[in-house]
Amino acid sequence: MKGKKKTIALAVYFILLFLPIYWMLNMSLRTNADILSTLTLYPADPTWKNYIKIFTDSDWYSGFINSIIYVTINTMISLTVALPAAYAFSRYTFIGDKHIFFWLLSNRMAPAAVFLLPFFQLYSTIGLIDTYIAVALAHCLFNVPLAVWILEGFMSGIPREIDETAFIDGYSLPRFFVTIFIPLIRAGVGVTAFFCFMFSWVELLFARTLTVTSAKPIGAVMTRTISATGLDWGLMAAAGVLTIVPGALVIWFVRDYMAKGFALGRV
Amino acid sequence: MEKWENNKAWFLVVPVLAFVAFSALIPLMTVVNYSVQDILAPGESVFVGTEWFKKVLHDYRLHDALWRQFLFSGLVLLIEMPLGILIALAMPKKGWGVSFSLVTLALPLLIPWNTIGSIWIIFTRPDIGLFGAAINSLGLAFDHTRRPLDAWITLMLMEVWHWTPLVALLAYAGLRAIPEMYYQAAKIDGASAWSTFRYIQLPKMRGVLTIALLLRFMDSFLIYAEPFVLTGGGPGDATTFLSIYLVKIATGQFDLGMASAFSLIYFLIVLLLCFVFYQVLQNVGKGARI
Repeated sequence: MKGKKKTIALAVYFILLFLPIYWMLNMSLRTNADILSTLTLYPADPTWKNYIKIFTDSDWYSGFINSIIYVTINTMISLTVALPAAYAFSRYTFIGDKHIFFWLLSNRMAPAAVFLLPFFQLYSTIGLIDTYIAVALAHCLFNVPLAVWILEGFMSGIPREIDETAFIDGYSLPRFFVTIFIPLIRAGVGVTAFFCFMFSWVELLFARTLTVTSAKPIGAVMTRTISATGLDWGLMAAAGVLTIVPGALVIWFVRDYMAKGFALGRV
Repeated sequence: MEKWENNKAWFLVVPVLAFVAFSALIPLMTVVNYSVQDILAPGESVFVGTEWFKKVLHDYRLHDALWRQFLFSGLVLLIEMPLGILIALAMPKKGWGVSFSLVTLALPLLIPWNTIGSIWIIFTRPDIGLFGAAINSLGLAFDHTRRPLDAWITLMLMEVWHWTPLVALLAYAGLRAIPEMYYQAAKIDGASAWSTFRYIQLPKMRGVLTIALLLRFMDSFLIYAEPFVLTGGGPGDATTFLSIYLVKIATGQFDLGMASAFSLIYFLIVLLLCFVFYQVLQNVGKGARI
């Protein structure tokens, strides 16, 4: 009975969560004039016009490809450097450990607006403007600290006896880390990968500042829907629907890791 | 159990420092530099010391924006943290429901922030939006472009809709990382659902809930795109939060010096509060752990 109540509450929450998304989907299948003139619960005369425009106009689809490329690079870098560092923070004490740990997160705490100009200057000086690597590197500023913090949280939940037993059994640290430890915290690795992907995907200020044309993110392309005649809501909604897809695929791929969690019995 | 003391662990941390410091230090120094100068024209500036800081600290519109910001972030944390934990506890543990729940939760998080604002403009319009029309059909006048309270309600709804899934996803992954043996032990002791939550799940989720709370605090305190698109800071100044006011100064009045001083003070406020939260969360209930 109690489980049933829980499920109903969860279902109600999910329905509420779906409503704005459904509205976006609804808008994406209608023309701009139709959206602005009538209230309909479902598109009476659905049109694929908005989606066709995105898939055939190279400005639009290259925006998606650019975003996917730098977001993937960023997620890879973030996870690779954060995994060993998070292990160090969760297992060892060393000079300055607490200060460094907190300092890392402080890089997410500055309001971005005024920092854009020096960012642009820095990346122009080293000649990286309008490259994927520039955006991927800039996003490391907030994604690497995030990855370290989330992973550290999960690693600290694993008893240290596991490490000790493995070392007594003759495992070297790198081998233990890759073959035993990472599988143990796969829920954490999954959720970290998703969050790095997500924050890099929706970040626009840095991505827009550091790119001109050849690495322009989809979010920046979307601002083109504003024209002299006002906003093309249908086109924007269609692009919005499509921006959900890559991240939804990412979480689909990591869902098993997140759901299985701690697998002590299987090692 | 004590951690191992080992200064060689620094080698594991160095790559992280390299990647973060690369983007962090020079821009920060540049902004500090701007904040003590009056930039008259490109390449032409005067050292003004702490003038900008004094001006920022005495700006009464900024004080209003600051209190508004505290209220907003406070409400966000009070609603999203418990709600996220409840959702995580209610989520299924196996079967197709897991995949469904996880993907569903991810949806709002993946839409670019300015698009979220735009969608909610239409969604809340009383004439052509589902939400606005539904409220109106209940006989309530609702207009977030004219009434400050309505603007706040709309922003809070959007914020809760947008970001509660982040708390829920983190809490869920934290819950799933608790070893089964803890639950078995609790079962043998005949622990109630509440005491299982209080003495096993909550302490074990300390790490993920700390990061969830800090993330929600700093991101809501720095919120810009969604209110900018949805309400533009209005009606009047009712939803002019700190970032919106900052951008007004930086671009509208084009006071780079003042905007930089403002940014640094803003940054220090976020830093200080995050530090306090972090210290409290590290130590709360330590004695009560089993």
